[in-house]
Amino acid sequence: MSWREVSLIFPEVGVIGLGALMVLADLVLPRKGWLVVLAVAGLVVLGGITVAAWLGGGESEPAFFGALTVDQFSHFFRILILGIVALVILASVDYVAHFERFQGEYYGLLLFSAGGMMLLASASELISIYLALELTTLPLAALAAFLRGDRSTEAGIKLLLLSALSSALLLYGMVLIYGFTGTTHLGAIATAVQGVAGEGLRSGGYPVLLGIVLLVAGFGFKVSAVPFQMWVPDVYQGAPTPITAYLSVASKAAGFAVLLRVFYVAFGQFDVNWGGIFAVLSVLSMTVGNLAAVAQRDIKRMLAYSTIAHGGYLLVGLAAIASGAPGPTGPTGVLFYLGAYAVTNLAAFFVVIAASRSLGSDQIQAYAGLARRAPLLAACLAFALVSLTGIPPTAGFMAKVFIFGAAVNSDLVWLAVAGVVNSVLSAYYYMRVIRAMYFASPSSAEGVASSPALRIALGVATVGVLALGLAPGPLMEAANQAASFLRAGG
Amino acid sequence: MEPGIVAQAVTWHGSGLLSATVVLPLAGAVVIALFLRERRLVRGVALAVITVDLLLSLLVFALYDRSEGGYQLVDRLAPWIPFLNAEYHLGVDGISAPMVLLAGLLGAAAVWASWHIEERAKEYFMWLLVLQTAVMGVFTSLDFLLFFVFWELELVPMFFLISVWGSGRREYSAMKFLIFTLTGSAFMLVGILVLYLSTGTFNIVELTKTAEAAKLLIPAGLVFAFLFAAFAIKLPIWPVHTWLPDAHTDAPTAVSVMLAGVLLKMGGYGIIRINVAMFPDVTRDIAWLLALLGVINVLYGAMVTLRQTDLKRLVAFSSISHMGYVLLGVSSVGAVGEKLSTVGLTGASLQMFTHGTITGLLFLLVGLVYDKAHTRHIGDLGGLASRMPFVASGFLVAGLASLGLPGLSGFVAEVLVFLGAFPVFGLATALGAFGIVVAAGYILWMIQRSFFGPARERFAHIGDATLVEMIPVVALVVAIVVVGVYPRVLTDVLTTGVAEILRAGFGLG
Repeated sequence: MSWREVSLIFPEVGVIGLGALMVLADLVLPRKGWLVVLAVAGLVVLGGITVAAWLGGGESEPAFFGALTVDQFSHFFRILILGIVALVILASVDYVAHFERFQGEYYGLLLFSAGGMMLLASASELISIYLALELTTLPLAALAAFLRGDRSTEAGIKLLLLSALSSALLLYGMVLIYGFTGTTHLGAIATAVQGVAGEGLRSGGYPVLLGIVLLVAGFGFKVSAVPFQMWVPDVYQGAPTPITAYLSVASKAAGFAVLLRVFYVAFGQFDVNWGGIFAVLSVLSMTVGNLAAVAQRDIKRMLAYSTIAHGGYLLVGLAAIASGAPGPTGPTGVLFYLGAYAVTNLAAFFVVIAASRSLGSDQIQAYAGLARRAPLLAACLAFALVSLTGIPPTAGFMAKVFIFGAAVNSDLVWLAVAGVVNSVLSAYYYMRVIRAMYFASPSSAEGVASSPALRIALGVATVGVLALGLAPGPLMEAANQAASFLRAGG
Repeated sequence: MEPGIVAQAVTWHGSGLLSATVVLPLAGAVVIALFLRERRLVRGVALAVITVDLLLSLLVFALYDRSEGGYQLVDRLAPWIPFLNAEYHLGVDGISAPMVLLAGLLGAAAVWASWHIEERAKEYFMWLLVLQTAVMGVFTSLDFLLFFVFWELELVPMFFLISVWGSGRREYSAMKFLIFTLTGSAFMLVGILVLYLSTGTFNIVELTKTAEAAKLLIPAGLVFAFLFAAFAIKLPIWPVHTWLPDAHTDAPTAVSVMLAGVLLKMGGYGIIRINVAMFPDVTRDIAWLLALLGVINVLYGAMVTLRQTDLKRLVAFSSISHMGYVLLGVSSVGAVGEKLSTVGLTGASLQMFTHGTITGLLFLLVGLVYDKAHTRHIGDLGGLASRMPFVASGFLVAGLASLGLPGLSGFVAEVLVFLGAFPVFGLATALGAFGIVVAAGYILWMIQRSFFGPARERFAHIGDATLVEMIPVVALVVAIVVVGVYPRVLTDVLTTGVAEILRAGFGLG
């Protein structure tokens, strides 16, 4: 371990250190408000350093004997996750202020989990992937159970058990692949599986295929793809709302980072068309997610199913294996979509956080007349929902253009059609919330209070939705640059 | 790979006139949303903005040099999204310049007709102005992605306008409108993506030249169908017309004016600008289908109109019938050799303009009747002419124009459509012409039942239109008469655009 290697993972070390600092500072700081200031300041510094690294570096650097590979792809996800965690911390202020104890632990766990996600984006070896994944998930299970009520505890246990199950599947898949190829490094796996298709498949390539299927199942849980989505609605509904927001965007981003890395780097040259598996999962996820969302009365549950549907749109990017043609490709589409989805979904959840305290409920019915009681909050939520539907001028629209473009680019026009038809379906339930907010009369005239921190977070996210809708160019370029590091053997 | 994000030089060409026409209403909406509260002030600003926009659209129309043809007044900001090679690219040709004028005229009429809006006036005028930007954008965009953005931008304002300020089953109608339109545009988006990824450009001017010859990722016929789906729903074509009567009936007056007057024309405009111009071979092959659908629209629409008892629903169904003529006119491009001429397509484009003004006027007047008599049920009306002579005269002009009386604008458009289509599809044209007879029936019968006959006791105290209410009515009547008496003011311009399309794709000499 050299200093060079440590400096390469400085953002991860920094985030985890910041998390530890939160736990300690909680003991000495008399006013807990400073915790938030400290955390956000720390994240901004780390973000600045990572942006500098993004602008400066073009090379991919292996570290720790190839366990990690730090490149533009890692930087992209580091910046994304640092941004998300900073916004979620700001949005948690109202929520956490009600905890009598463990405020430091709350922020600490959030940051530990963020550290795991960032490592996940750099992990280029099966064991480090597994470790990073556990570092991501365990704090999240604790956070989901943080409220200690019935629902919340159930959410925590469910998340823990199902993660354990999916980890087991994942490990089994990894074992099979290691057993066949004799290596855990993604680059080396790529070399080993070349030529395994056809003849080679008969003489022992099946374990690899089985391994791939198990990996898909394991990661499928993490990115909440149908049929591995059962845990999502209960966990999303039971967990503290800021944690739900965090789960829905950051977990998803990290899950897709590792999916892309594993499948493009290790199996990019593998002759078996694994894109087909993802195409099927994609159609299943978007359809099941959207259909189930229509029936929901609780906004958190509705957004949970909508997350499943958006996971389906994202999987389009994995099904659209890079065709080599110019224009959007699957990985670029996924990266852009993750950025656009992050700002959009965070904006939606931030309004839910703000509203649920005053409304005393997460039922969609309770949102009746919100436009009268809190015009700005209602407008932000409406805008986010329009973006989730994919109507311009929003980030969500550009994301759909990009990812369905990738599908068309890979001769998967049918998949693009399935996607756009699904987004029409989704309009129905998103618009229902808008309908409640704007067309129904409020049950009381009381306003909706929210803290300045939450308002800042909401403002940043909403501006992000609009900015990405009007000028998506820079993020597209960045996504493209990051995705170019995903090459077999890299 | 260059490190970091490479900033590309952004260049701007153009006078900015079209951009001003498109963006001004949106700017007005933002100002209203952020700074204004008081109802009269909001209304005043909205009226000022929309009136200036009307003047700008007149200026666009006047400045269009009809002897030169082609795309003019081009505004171009390139690149808009460098990675996708998309541009902010506006321009008008002979077909879109009159459409811009139409949108300006009806947008202004709609805002003027909203003088009495009390409920949530701030939001109302804001959405109406956003809607104006969307339709102006659709008619001027020369970049397909930008076109799509404007196409979809219209959805949210319409959804709100119908849901909040409508009547009857307004939320149901608004949702139906939204879902139908979204379904169409979903397919259009796939079509656009296929075109872009096959040719590498969103530029409509380029695509018009290269789309059909290019090797597309899926058969050209399928791309044509994807794009056509969106326009067919918007026009609307039987059997995907069912959203229209609901949306119209439940929408507030101004929104009906915009919907019938301008939004339907986005469908016709799309068919001509995109389907016909980009895919001449496919269009020629399926011209018979367009003629057939056109005739079905004309006759089915007319028959259903005949038995309507609600004034607004009646006008709505008559729109379906009249939009059939647009399709019939477009089908004339199926002609081969000597028979090919600009007449039919010019007629179709003119029909869009004239129908926009005529039906816009009808909806305005229906709104006035409803405001004063508090019913739209024809059976309950009667003898209104003596109480509201101005409204009755307006109705008479609009009605006669709608049934194609010579001297008014509807006649010119329909004659051109028939002249163009007859040599190609004789039987279809003959059947379509029968629609005029039915139109005479339902229009005259409606006017007779609602405005003439014995005066009714309970209408004894209702008054005629006020001065403010007269302004948009007079403006539209003037437009109808001017085009009816001197159609060349429009046809000269339209023909330049139409001839260009026919020369490029259909081998017009």
